[in-house]
Amino acid sequence: MEHTSRLERIIRIVLVALILIFFLFPIFWIFLMSFQTNEDILRIPPSPFFTPTISNYQALITGKLVSAAGTLDIPFMRNLWNSVLLSSVSVVIALILGVPAAYAFARFKFRLGEDIAFTLLSFRFAPPLLVLLPLSLYFQEIGLTDTYAGLIWVYQLIALPLILWIVRGYFEDISPDIEYAYRIGGHSWWRTFTRIAVPLAGPGIAAAGLLAFIFCWNNFVFALILASADKQPVTVGSLAFVTASGIQYGQIAAAIVLSVTPTLAIALYAQRYLVEGLSLGAVKG
Amino acid sequence: MSDIVLSIDNVDKIYQRRGKSPVHAVKSLDMAVEKGEIVALLGSSGCGKTSTLRMIAGFEDVSNGAIHLAGRRIEHLPPAKRNVAMAFEGYSLYPPLTVRDNIAFALKSSNLHSAEVVRAVADVAALVEIDAILDRYPSSISGGQQQRASLARALVRRADLYLLDEPMGQLEPQLRAVLRGRLKSLLADRRMTSIFVTHDQTEANALADRIAVMEGGVLQQFANQKELKERPANLFVATFIGEPPMNVFDADVASADHVCFTIANGPKLDFAASEIPEAVRNAIGGRKQVVVGVRPHSVKIGGGRHEARVVSNQWLGDQSHLAMDVAGKLMVAVSHAPVPAKAGETLRYQINLSSLHLFDVASGAALSHGLEAA
Repeated sequence: MEHTSRLERIIRIVLVALILIFFLFPIFWIFLMSFQTNEDILRIPPSPFFTPTISNYQALITGKLVSAAGTLDIPFMRNLWNSVLLSSVSVVIALILGVPAAYAFARFKFRLGEDIAFTLLSFRFAPPLLVLLPLSLYFQEIGLTDTYAGLIWVYQLIALPLILWIVRGYFEDISPDIEYAYRIGGHSWWRTFTRIAVPLAGPGIAAAGLLAFIFCWNNFVFALILASADKQPVTVGSLAFVTASGIQYGQIAAAIVLSVTPTLAIALYAQRYLVEGLSLGAVKG
Repeated sequence: MSDIVLSIDNVDKIYQRRGKSPVHAVKSLDMAVEKGEIVALLGSSGCGKTSTLRMIAGFEDVSNGAIHLAGRRIEHLPPAKRNVAMAFEGYSLYPPLTVRDNIAFALKSSNLHSAEVVRAVADVAALVEIDAILDRYPSSISGGQQQRASLARALVRRADLYLLDEPMGQLEPQLRAVLRGRLKSLLADRRMTSIFVTHDQTEANALADRIAVMEGGVLQQFANQKELKERPANLFVATFIGEPPMNVFDADVASADHVCFTIANGPKLDFAASEIPEAVRNAIGGRKQVVVGVRPHSVKIGGGRHEARVVSNQWLGDQSHLAMDVAGKLMVAVSHAPVPAKAGETLRYQINLSSLHLFDVASGAALSHGLEAA
């Protein structure tokens, strides 16, 4: 028995290590690249030994890209700020709209309820390119092209269905009797929603919000078509590193490190919160 | 001195289902409950008793009809405005709060001083024996403890009406008996009008002043325990109430100078017309067939005009349960003295007119009970 369990342990460790290497090595390599010059990166064979430089980060933060062909302005920090602004405002709006809607879909049966919920979900089925063309025409017509408001509105296509469907499931898992018990004690519907239902669905709301944030952050094509340089997020802004004199791999790596950091930080923070919330759990006792 | 607190007038509950035919869960329910009365809603699952409770509490809409509580029409009010307290079958304690806070939050909106809240919580906790676990969280206590906490949360309130959904289903038998007694005296002392849902007859008998028997969404009979047993309104109540259940047989009636109930392949219950009061004869009317019923306790064993083969004989420590083969059906008889008969033997028994219940064949409605018309 001990022998097998020991063997199992070793196999498990090896497998976990393989998986970690597979997923983490690219990130590690990008991290190394971000401290290398383009010459170091393109050297064959590649070498892990190099003189680290912070010139890539310098270029990104000052916005001056110095290349063989001359100096180029890149609004990377602005793009990063756009990403933060677009994603967080989109998620906040989607939460404000989506959480009460999810509650309604979970608790109340109303005419066409399921159809409406499914229609909202179907926004995620449609390829973005399909809606982009008509959307960009409309946006030009009503003056929403190249505005934050327009982008945030379109981002609801990404965030709202996600939040609606994840949070709905959490609300459905909460026994309605817990809310009834609170309501019959003399509390209004709204108080019950904010004091009982939302806290109990907290982990689900956090997970949905986080996921929606990441999806918004990673979006490329909406912002590419509907916004110009000063409103574009990092995903689109990174195109600037493909210059006439070649691809600036060092800056791309540094840009990736910088743009991944916020989502990574949020994910790590929320993960702790999620585990905490779920271990409280046991709504069903 | 009738002082009606709750009146339910002609209430229907119809559940509309998508793509399926609607379910008529409660049909034309009429009920009036007096101040301080303890009422049991008794019935099998799906009989409409929980729907009724939830309509009173305000968690289900009333499809038709009106509900009045303490002089106010309430069926359109939100639950918060109805001033009713409820203990839920699924306990429904709020997980992030301790048992103490769960009970106390029912009082938070009632503007009591905090000292009064503390005392009220302590009193009710002592009553249901959860003093020791007041500072634990719902997820760390047993189902029975959660149920008692949920009961405490309802009882601590000052409400016009207390609704208890299977309040003791999860408790051990001993504790259940103790709590029943305490609950009964608490409800009686404070004249707390209450309705509880149960499928357990013993519990209904022990706690309730009156029992409402429901089946198929219809209130079958609303009466006290004695009346349900002695004067069941119909065949359903007759066979539902009582343990073991009433024995019932289809019988042909011949009435002339004798009234004779003939159970096919079974006993002929033959009575002189003069024995049968006129009211009962009128109730039978011109019927050629009736259903006759007799409670197991009323089948007199040993002696009498009829014979049957014993199928089984159990001595339960204080009474004998005999199953006998009568007209191809089992007839159960209960005797409070040991009966020496073994399976396979034949035994004599007697059924007296005074213990005979007669029912209409088609509707199941009671015609007569013993010597009285229904």
